[in-house]
Amino acid sequence: MPEGKITLEDILKLLSKYEIKELEGVKIEGGDIEIEFEMGAYPNFQAIGMELGLAAYHLARVAMMLGFPVQQLFAQQQPAYPAQIPQVPTQLKEEEKIELIEKKFEPYRQEWSGYVEEVQLGATPKEGGTRKYTIKLGGEKSLPFYLFDAEQPHLPSISVDVFDRAVPLPKAIRTHYEDVMGHPDEWAKKVIKDFGADAVTIHLISTDPLLDDTPPHEAVKTVEEVLQAVKCPIIVGGSGNKEKDPVLLEKVAEVAEGERVLLASATLDTDWERVGRAAKEHGHCVLAWTQMDINSQRTLNRYLLKRIGLPRDSLVMDTTTAALGYGLDYAYTNMERARLAALKGDEDLAFPISSGTTNAWGAREAWMKESPLEGDYSWGMREHRGPLWEILTGLTLSLAGVDIFMMMHPVSVAVLKELIHTLGGKKKEVEYEDWITSEL
Amino acid sequence: MKVKSPLEIYKLLPGTNCGECGFDTCMSFAAHILDRSAKIEDCKPLIEQAKKNDKAAEKLKKLIEITAPEVDEVVIGKDLKIGGKEVLHRHELTFFNPTALFFDVCDTMDEKTIDERCSRVVEYKKFYVGKYLTLDGIAVRCTSNNPDQFAEVAKKVAGYGKPIILVSLNAECMEKALKAVGSDKPLIYAATPENWMDFLKLAKKYSVPVVVRSKDLNMLKSLAATFKAHKISVVLDPVTEPAGKGLQRTFERVIQIRRTAILGQDKDINCPIMVTPIAAWTVEGDDIGKMYWETVIAALFIVKYGDIMIIHSVEPHTIMPLVTLRENIYTDPRTPVQVEPGLKAINNPDKNSPVLITTNFALTYYTVESDLQSSGASGWLLVLDTEGLGVEVSVAGGQFAPEKVKQLMEETKIAEKVNHRYLVIPGLAARLQGALEDETGWKILVGPTDSGRLKAWLEQNWPPGSGVEVKQ
Ligand code: SF4
Repeated sequence: MPEGKITLEDILKLLSKYEIKELEGVKIEGGDIEIEFEMGAYPNFQAIGMELGLAAYHLARVAMMLGFPVQQLFAQQQPAYPAQIPQVPTQLKEEEKIELIEKKFEPYRQEWSGYVEEVQLGATPKEGGTRKYTIKLGGEKSLPFYLFDAEQPHLPSISVDVFDRAVPLPKAIRTHYEDVMGHPDEWAKKVIKDFGADAVTIHLISTDPLLDDTPPHEAVKTVEEVLQAVKCPIIVGGSGNKEKDPVLLEKVAEVAEGERVLLASATLDTDWERVGRAAKEHGHCVLAWTQMDINSQRTLNRYLLKRIGLPRDSLVMDTTTAALGYGLDYAYTNMERARLAALKGDEDLAFPISSGTTNAWGAREAWMKESPLEGDYSWGMREHRGPLWEILTGLTLSLAGVDIFMMMHPVSVAVLKELIHTLGGKKKEVEYEDWITSEL
Repeated sequence: MKVKSPLEIYKLLPGTNCGECGFDTCMSFAAHILDRSAKIEDCKPLIEQAKKNDKAAEKLKKLIEITAPEVDEVVIGKDLKIGGKEVLHRHELTFFNPTALFFDVCDTMDEKTIDERCSRVVEYKKFYVGKYLTLDGIAVRCTSNNPDQFAEVAKKVAGYGKPIILVSLNAECMEKALKAVGSDKPLIYAATPENWMDFLKLAKKYSVPVVVRSKDLNMLKSLAATFKAHKISVVLDPVTEPAGKGLQRTFERVIQIRRTAILGQDKDINCPIMVTPIAAWTVEGDDIGKMYWETVIAALFIVKYGDIMIIHSVEPHTIMPLVTLRENIYTDPRTPVQVEPGLKAINNPDKNSPVLITTNFALTYYTVESDLQSSGASGWLLVLDTEGLGVEVSVAGGQFAPEKVKQLMEETKIAEKVNHRYLVIPGLAARLQGALEDETGWKILVGPTDSGRLKAWLEQNWPPGSGVEVKQ
C-alpha cells in the first residue's frame, strides 16, 4: 500500500471530482471523513487489527470502481510487468493443413416451475412495527446466483449473533465482542454499525436452567432493549431448552407485537404448536428447524402451515448447518435437495433457508492453536484460519440456497457479503492484470 | 454415462459368469459398471477375446463408448485423473475425481523459493477421517520469456515427482520445456485463439493434454472441437476474471459449460474445466485481501464444477480449508460415513484404564481415536450407534440416548473389562450427565468438548480424584 503518499485532502478532491456521494454502497457522513464501504471489494481488515493505510486503500477501491487507472496512480508501487510476449510467427512446416472447426456454443436452457416463497422480516411504522428497514428473503426462481436463468429478487442477508449474557467464545471472535459482552443492546449496535450486519440474532441463553435460569418475562426485556437500540429486523432465539423455549418465544411474540420478528425456533420435538400460534397471533415469522432430514422438514413445515394456519409468507426453514469438515457435505446436499425440490414445485419445501453459519467455529481447525496430531502439517495462522473456516462454510451453503446467514466474525461477514454481491450482480468492473506472465 | 440400465451393458459382456472380474455374475459386474464402482478392463475374458476376433472387439468398443463418462476424463502425469463427472448435483450419484489443486512457481523465482514452494506441495498433509489429505501438483509459469530458463526450471520442478502444468503462451518456450519434461506428460497451458496451431502441433508431437483458453465460449468450443478432432485431451479454461462483474461472468461461463455438457449433451465442450484463483493476485489490494479472495474463488469453484485449479498461496491456513472442502464435496454420498459401533481398545488398555464414549459418525470417531492414539494414553472407547450423527446433533436429536448407552455397555461387557465404574462422556454431551448416571449406575465424568484436549484432561482427571477406588 502506498502509505502516506496520499493525503485525505487528495481523497476528498478525488471523491468530489467523481461525485462519489451518489455511488451505491458508499456513505460519506457530515464533515467527518468517514468513508464507509458496504460493498468494498475486500473486507474490512481493520477488524482484525491489520495496519492497512485504510484511507489510501479505500481510495484505490473507489478509484478502481470508477474505472480510474489505479495502476498509473500508484505506478511507483507497481511491480514491473514483463512486456507483452512477442507473437511467435505461426509456421506451417508440415504438409498437414489444420483448420479451426468453427462451432457455436448454445447454452442449455433450464426452466423451473416452482419458486421460493417471499418472507419479510421486520416491519416499518407504516406496517405496524418500528423498524427503519425490512429484509425480504426468498423469491428465487432459479438456483442461487444463476442470474442467467432468472433474476434473483433478494440476495441473501447476514444476521450477526448477539447473546444476552457473557458466553465463552473462540479467541478470534471474543476479541471483537469483549467490550460489549453482557450488554446485548451495545452488542447489537456494534454489529450493525461496525460490522455491516443486515440484522441481529439475539440469543436469550440466560434463560437456560443450567445458566441463570432467567424467567421468560424478564428475559424478554432484552428483546425490548435491542429493539430500541437498533432499527434493523431482529431474530430471537432461546437457550435450546426444549420445555422453556416455546414459553419464552411466546412471550417474545407478545412484547414484540407487530415487529415481524423471526422466532427461532420451532422443532418437532418441542411445542412447535405454541411457537407457531404465537407467531400467527402477533404477526411474526417462524424458523422451522430440523436435523438434516428433508422429510422431517416437510412434516414440520406442513404442521405449521396446515394445523396452525401459519401464513406461507411467515415461514423460514433451518435444515441444520454443519461445519466445514464436520458434516458440511450433508448440510450442503440436504439444502441443495430441498431447494431443487422447491424449484420443481414441491410447495412443502418452497421456503427461504437460514443457516447457523457460526457453527463453523465448532470445528477445531477454526480455533485450535495447532494440530493436536503429530503427523499433520502445520495448520497455519489461526487468525486467518478461523474466519476462512466460517467463510467457506457459509459460501458453500450459499450455493445450496441459503437466504439468511447467522454469523459472528466481522471478517467472515464482510467477505461473504462481498461474494454475495459479486455473484448477485451488484458489482462494477474491476481491473486486473494477466497472471500468466506476472511475477506476483 | 449414456446407459441407464445394467441390461444394456450385460448384453455386451461374454455372459459366462466366470467370476474373473471379482463379481459372481456378469449381471452383477454390469451393475457395478453402471455406478462406476468397476471398470471394463476388469473383465479379462472380454479384453482377451477382443484381441482375437473382430466381433468381440466391436462389442468392447461399443461398451467403452456407451459407458464413457458425461465429462471426459483427462490424465495428467502418470495417473492424476481430472474430469470424468456424470452429474450436476452430487446427490444424483457422486462427483468423481476431486478438483486437482496445483500451486505455481515461476521461472524467475530464486532457487530457494522454488524449492520451498515445491517442497510444500510434496510434503503437505492433513489428517482427516482416517486418512491424509494431500496436494496434487505444481504449475510452472514462464515469466522470463526465455525458453532455456523455462525448460531448466521445468526440469527442476519435475524432479519433485508431482504432476506438472507448464504455463506459457509462447510456443517457443513451451516447446523447449516439453523437450525437457514432455515424457512426464505435463498438462500444457494454454492454446489461445492466437497460438492454437502451434500448440496443437506440440500437443500431438509430445502427446500431452492441453488447456484451451478463451472467454468467448464460441471460440472455446471451436478450439475444443478442433483439438478433439486431433485426438488430443482437452481441458477448458473459460478464463477466471477474479473480481467484480468479471467474476460474476466467470461463474456464469463455468456453470453454462458444465450444464450444457451434461444436460445439453454437447460433446464438444464436455471437457474438464480449469479455474485459476491465482488471478486474484493481480487485482489491486493488499496481500491479505488477495489471499482471502483467492481462497474464496477456489472454494466457489470446488463446489461448482472446477476440475483443476492453479493457486498461488501455499500458506497452510488457506490450503487446509480448501482441501477439507474438496474432501467434503467429493465424499461419496452413497456410502454412509459411519464406523461399526462397539468397543475399541486403544493403546492396550487394562482394568484401570478410562472408559470413554463417542459416536459412530466416522469423523468424530477417527478424530477421537487419533487424538487418543497420538496422546499415548490407553483407554476403552465405546462407539455408540448414533446413526452416523456427530455428538452435538445426536444429543439434540435423541440418537445419543441413555438407554442406548446402557445397551451398548451391556453388549460390549465393558463392566467385566475394568475395575472401576467411571464413564467419560464428550463435553458436548454434558447435559446428559444426570440421565446417564441414572440409567447406567456408573459415575459420569464430563470430558473436554474437543478430543484434542483429551490428553491434558486425562492427565488431570485420571485416575479420578481422592475418595475414588480404582481397584488394583
Ligand atoms: S469377468 Fe466378464 S465374463 Fe466373467 S463374470 Fe465378470 S463380466 Fe462376466
